[in-house]
Amino acid sequence: MIPASFEYLRPGSLNEAIAMLSEHGDEAKILSGGQSLIPMMKFRLSRPACLIDINRIPNLDYIKEEDGYLKIGGLTRETALEHSDLIRSRFPILHDTSFVIADVQVRNLATVGGNLAHGDPANDHPATMLALDAEIVATGPQGERIIPIKDFFVAIFTTALRPEEILTEIRIPMNGSRRGGAYLKVERKVGDYATAGVAVQVTLNDRGDVQRAGIGLTNVGPTPIKATGAEGALAGKQLTDEGIAEAARRASEEAQPSSDLRGPAEYKTALVQELTRRALYRAWERAKK
Amino acid sequence: MPSTRRVSIQINGEKISAEVEPRLLLVHFIRETAGLTGTHIGCDTSSCGACTVLLDGRPVKSCTLFAVQADGGEISTVEGLNRNGQMHPIQEGFHLEHGLQCGFCTPGMMMSARALLERNPHPDEQEIRWAIAGNLCRCTGYQNIIKAIQYASKKMAEGVSA
Amino acid sequence: MIQQTSPEIGGMGHSVKRKEDRRFLLGKGNYVDDIHLPHMVYGQLVRSPFAHALIKSVNTEAAMRVPGVLAVITGEDLAKAGLAWMPTLFFDKQMVLATGKVLFQSQEVAFVVAETRFAAADAAELVEVDYEELPVLVDPHHALDADAPILRPDREEKSNHIFHWEVGDRAATAKAFEKAPVRTEVTAVFQRCHPAPLETCGCVADFNTATERLTVWLTSQAPHAHRTLFALVGGIPENNIRVISPDIGGGFGNKVPIYPGYVCAVVASLKLGRPVKWVETRSENLQSTGFARDYHMRAEIASESDGTVKALRVQTLADHGAFNAAAQPTKFPAGLFSICTGSYKFPNAFCEVDGVYTNKAPGGIAYRCSFRVTEASYLIERAMDVLAYQLNTDPAELRLKNFIRPDEFPYETPLGWSYDSGNYAAAMNKALEIAGYRELRKEQEEKRRRGELMGIGLSSFTEVVGAGPAHTFDIAGLKMFDSCEIRIHPTGKAIARLGTKSQGQGHETTFPQIIAQELGIPVSDITLEEGDTDTAPYGLGTYASRSTPVAGGATSVASRKIREKARKIAAHLLEVSEEDLEWEPGKFFVKGAPSKAKTIQEIAFAAYTNIPPGMEAGLEAVDYYDPPNLTFPFGTYICVVDIDKGTGEIKVRRFIAVDDCGNIINPMIVEGQIHGGLAEGLGIAFMQLISYDESGNVQGGNFMDYLLPTAVETPYWETDKTCTPSPHHPIGAKGVGESPNVGSPAAFVNAVVDALSHLGVRHIDMPIASWKVWQILKEKGVAA
Repeated sequence: MIPASFEYLRPGSLNEAIAMLSEHGDEAKILSGGQSLIPMMKFRLSRPACLIDINRIPNLDYIKEEDGYLKIGGLTRETALEHSDLIRSRFPILHDTSFVIADVQVRNLATVGGNLAHGDPANDHPATMLALDAEIVATGPQGERIIPIKDFFVAIFTTALRPEEILTEIRIPMNGSRRGGAYLKVERKVGDYATAGVAVQVTLNDRGDVQRAGIGLTNVGPTPIKATGAEGALAGKQLTDEGIAEAARRASEEAQPSSDLRGPAEYKTALVQELTRRALYRAWERAKK
Repeated sequence: MPSTRRVSIQINGEKISAEVEPRLLLVHFIRETAGLTGTHIGCDTSSCGACTVLLDGRPVKSCTLFAVQADGGEISTVEGLNRNGQMHPIQEGFHLEHGLQCGFCTPGMMMSARALLERNPHPDEQEIRWAIAGNLCRCTGYQNIIKAIQYASKKMAEGVSA
Repeated sequence: MIQQTSPEIGGMGHSVKRKEDRRFLLGKGNYVDDIHLPHMVYGQLVRSPFAHALIKSVNTEAAMRVPGVLAVITGEDLAKAGLAWMPTLFFDKQMVLATGKVLFQSQEVAFVVAETRFAAADAAELVEVDYEELPVLVDPHHALDADAPILRPDREEKSNHIFHWEVGDRAATAKAFEKAPVRTEVTAVFQRCHPAPLETCGCVADFNTATERLTVWLTSQAPHAHRTLFALVGGIPENNIRVISPDIGGGFGNKVPIYPGYVCAVVASLKLGRPVKWVETRSENLQSTGFARDYHMRAEIASESDGTVKALRVQTLADHGAFNAAAQPTKFPAGLFSICTGSYKFPNAFCEVDGVYTNKAPGGIAYRCSFRVTEASYLIERAMDVLAYQLNTDPAELRLKNFIRPDEFPYETPLGWSYDSGNYAAAMNKALEIAGYRELRKEQEEKRRRGELMGIGLSSFTEVVGAGPAHTFDIAGLKMFDSCEIRIHPTGKAIARLGTKSQGQGHETTFPQIIAQELGIPVSDITLEEGDTDTAPYGLGTYASRSTPVAGGATSVASRKIREKARKIAAHLLEVSEEDLEWEPGKFFVKGAPSKAKTIQEIAFAAYTNIPPGMEAGLEAVDYYDPPNLTFPFGTYICVVDIDKGTGEIKVRRFIAVDDCGNIINPMIVEGQIHGGLAEGLGIAFMQLISYDESGNVQGGNFMDYLLPTAVETPYWETDKTCTPSPHHPIGAKGVGESPNVGSPAAFVNAVVDALSHLGVRHIDMPIASWKVWQILKEKGVAA
């Protein structure tokens, strides 16, 4: 398994990286964790003429609380989320998500930014970030711009990032104190892509009503799906068994799975319903704490 | 000719430098450039973990990393496990608990075990199972591998207290 | 009874720690891909993207222009040398490199040789093959349709039918069915899967132009047989071929056949006079080499109303892919499939199998079993459960009622086997007790009342291993004996060489333990060598759990030959007659005067320094052992599963395995073998599948989709044993490596079906993915 030849570039700064991207355009690929890209290159399904290795760029690997946001640097490794106390205590949904991605070795290299920028509906973080209403910070020749996550996933393997832009940060709003989330995934075995996955994040107000609910779906459509109908069914109401059942049903209607080796479409649709239900209960539990 | 790049990688404490094509995988650098064939290749999809080494202390799959990426880094492979002719407790555990059969997954498995025990010196059975979920073994049914890691955990704790 | 030796000697029954471990633990194993020779070059195969297509042209010009490329070999090139086709191990032939057309996706079309891996890979992409697609035959059930494309016009018979084989008494069985008050049946597919040892297949072929000798380092489970086949096919004098199987990273049957890549590497080395390395990728391994099973089976059982079985009838369609490349040593096209009467007393039985060609990779191989035993065992153990449901009887009771009793051995089955020994009820009762079977059934009942799904699955299998007696077994005419040569050095240390080849089974420890048992030489003093055809005596290799039954016999008999000579030397040294000597492991002593003794070490020294007049010097022996019969290990497995009604996910909560493999050489190693085989059975039952879409594209052709269990899915294995020695084997051993893989799939599947049996479910085909369970639950209206 030998990839096709490529030119290897190793920028030392973000500006340098963006300049390289601008110069090489479509010919270039960003090498972040490389855990999806390199296997594709080995099969020669991807053959970039040029790889821009951003791993040496300083100050892109962080998890911090700032200005009412949880900020995750574009180069932050999955294992960093897994081992972060801040994440464990405040965003267990992110811990849930990282822990079910591939395996330890892959998570040690794979980055959260890469997981999103790859635009793969089978990846796990997109659903979570949709549930969390995250914002993507894209840095290009003109500086930074913010892309709301709901506008980020354009088509299969296609995001709103421009060719000369790099995903440099993920921002997650931290409003509300009674927050809880969960990510649940059914997979054929540990490390597999999801047969279906559901991310749920709820914020409760003082009365215990749902202030906002975010629901994202993994691998049940050409892009990661934000289940807005299901979210709407929950917003402004108390969480009840009936409400949860209704939201789960709506989420399953929003899924657009296709049949494949992971199972028939109707199974995946049913999984979305079941996982949404379970994730809502778990999120509720966590929010009440 | 494709362009090459000079890389220097510390492997088990020894600096190995070579002029390589960027597409050279780290696993090939380790096996062929450095001549350390204890690290194996078992698949092409980053699934099996036979190629697991530690890069700056963390287990990674060396088949899914280019050698140029590890330039300036420190790699630990199975060949560096034993020191001064003394088996590492993990190696000892694999031997005493019959944690290996064909031996092909063993180096990668031991490197994953080492990383686990460094981070979590007293893992329970489930934690061990999850920590080695990126390493496939076709021979042992995993049970004795788990016992081997438990042995090492105990032995290393004794070593610390002694 | 086996006499117990001291731990220092470490004979049979001791859990001696493995002697081979050290090099693997230090990262100093020596696998094929670790071999690096001066001036070595690299080969890469060009493979077909189509399942069935005419090859209109192959253009190698662009590939040849890649710097560093030395040769591109095509099928036409091989045809000129008469090597485009090679014989399979079972009366067919297969293409080495395709000429005229390709018959399965990933078929070998050309072989590129270059100075570097990079150049070989780049050039392989540039070999231009012009294909014209042909209609594809994927479903074996349509292979004999009138409008099915004929895949093999090279054969005389213009049909996709390969063979019909039957055994047993068709008429008597039919009659028994007519008379029986109870009849039941199950249709079950044992899916196409792949052993996927962690090391893929490969070789380094080195033709030395000066000596005209060819050395091939090969991932081979049978190095001698492969040497002979290279000689017969390639026309190279056998004395000029040396096959070396270095360390092997797991085999499980995958490394029994000769694959086109090996032949290409040899041809390239002959052509270039340089060593050529070819190591397949995982995808190539899964897509083109040694698949297993693909048996489409139907079993019917006739029984009395009380559950006493009267007859078994089995019909099977076997999908062999593009060539009948079955790597099997029996004389029967379906191998040992006629073991399908299992552990039960069937007065009548009839079994028929038809083999067909399809546009799939050729095979199959015996994946961790003697050929087709896993299929047979799975089928009968499934069918017995279906019968139990029909009779509303407990599956354990039904089995106990129908077991062959211990006093009925040797037992002649209606399909022609003579079981050597067994005590099936003992193994089952032990397993039931460990499991707490009654409590489990109670728990299941309570759970059912609460709407929860839990299942208990049993399998009480009988295996057949140890290929094999010369009258029923051969590979390309080579009889299935195996061999051991032992040399005792003057200092009492020894080296033994065998015709087998360990792939992880621990031969470097277990065979010395047999010698230690027989001669009293400590295990640590005995070196074992295998896998080099220049030094080892001829043998047929390691698969079909045959090493212990066959080579183990040879080792024991060779040791005894040495002991007989040692007795003569001892008598000479002690100045008594041979009859006055008694043996205990490690020494001869004079009857009634135990202090008058000579140790085996003293005797060994004397064999080179002080031999009796007229005796040849030295202390060595060789034995070629042709077993009088096969051996029949058995056991009972119990699996407990819980099913998630919302997702269809299955959790294996417990797995109890009670095995009986006769006398045990090394309990630690036996247990390890059982753990490993059970994990493979788990994979087969729930995950492992090579399938094809309607165009013949392989699904499950890499580890992203060919799923193997990790430590997380794998349960804790609860193992135990009973011991019923083989009466005909020199050390009473039976072989064990394959039992867990043969016996366990049925236990897993029976457990899942059991969990759903109250809904009327009787069978689910493997691999049982969550979605299949969910679909059933939905159909039955119980999905959460």
